[in-house]
Amino acid sequence: MEKEYEDIPGTFVFDADRSREGYHLNQFCISLRLQKNRDEFNADEEAYLDKYPMKPEQRDAVLKRDWNRLLELGGNIYYTSKLAANDGINFQNLAGLMTGMGVEAYRDMMLHGGRSIEGNRYKSEWSED
Amino acid sequence: MARITAGVGCSHVPAIGVAMDTKITDQPYWQPVFKGFEKSREWMKEKNPDVIFLVYNDHCTAFDASCIPTFALGAAAEFKPADEGWGPRPVPVVKNHQKMASHIAQSLVLDEFDITIMNEMEVDHGLTVPLSVMYGDMGPDDEWPALVIPLAVNVVQYPAPTGNRCYNLGKAIRKAVESYEEDLNVVIFGTGGMSHQLQYKRAGLINAEWDKRFLDLLTEDPVYASKIPHVEYLREAGSEGVEMVMWHVMRGALDDEVIEVHRHYHVPASNTAVGHIILENKAA
Repeated sequence: MEKEYEDIPGTFVFDADRSREGYHLNQFCISLRLQKNRDEFNADEEAYLDKYPMKPEQRDAVLKRDWNRLLELGGNIYYTSKLAANDGINFQNLAGLMTGMGVEAYRDMMLHGGRSIEGNRYKSEWSED
Repeated sequence: MARITAGVGCSHVPAIGVAMDTKITDQPYWQPVFKGFEKSREWMKEKNPDVIFLVYNDHCTAFDASCIPTFALGAAAEFKPADEGWGPRPVPVVKNHQKMASHIAQSLVLDEFDITIMNEMEVDHGLTVPLSVMYGDMGPDDEWPALVIPLAVNVVQYPAPTGNRCYNLGKAIRKAVESYEEDLNVVIFGTGGMSHQLQYKRAGLINAEWDKRFLDLLTEDPVYASKIPHVEYLREAGSEGVEMVMWHVMRGALDDEVIEVHRHYHVPASNTAVGHIILENKAA
């Protein structure tokens, strides 16, 4: 199926291909919705992760809290945000980390109307991606 | 008979719920967000619906990646606020009009909308935040003033249902409501949006111009609005802005011509543009 959304910069659209790739990673993340699982994970992260047959690079990104790498490997933000919540990081601070801007600069950008759409529609408008 | 008298479009930003739950709505950051709902709360008191048909999306709370229904209708007697990773919101349990929900489910399937029926379901901020902003502070021991029939729409895994499908589902919901014999005042909510992107390097995208055009179209030219393709939401309103397809369900359930009685738009709430609209059927 054609992916007409692939030329949007700085964005992963969570389609079936990404969902397949990230399945065990995302199922791990959502398990942290429940307090008993958060307690178990926080007591021994490695042992808890053994229950989820994710790829070594996904597991590594979890342990390193590499938020962007998690998305690159099929994670979805609504799932990875559960891992962030476990660490006491809310959606806005997580965005500050993912954009590389840092929490303060990101919050300031949002207070001034957010990231403009101008120059942010197509990958060709970005020097990277 | 039951009838749908009005529609409410409303963002459901989780941080809005947190602001209410932690009593910080008077802070300068939040004050303008809540100011725009003062009129709405008066309107809700006046309107006093018996039932709210609430279209929202679950954020990987009741549904994990193992099961992804496009449309899931809540038929359980009640829905508890879920622990989304930071403890359940301290708000009332949501009570259903169970008999009406079952009637709507049957009517929709016979009308060829093959929805999923949920006889057990917890609800997340997508459902409880719109109730909170429209009704004001309510504790866990209070009761929501209306019964609520939830309809969860998949907008997490691409593709969400099309705007056109959502719009036509709204029409089928109206037909189902109007064939229910009890005399009930029903208000339909479409929630989510507006422009926002929560993820990766383009996070923080806001497109106020696009959002305002969407609100204008929703009121004046809903059929045109329902044809907006997914890629336009994703590109122009951010990857999570595609939630706005759910507003078309609400709009489809109303008359072709409606009266816009209230509108509120503010940036930001956390990562998101907050949008809100109240539309009434002229005959209501």
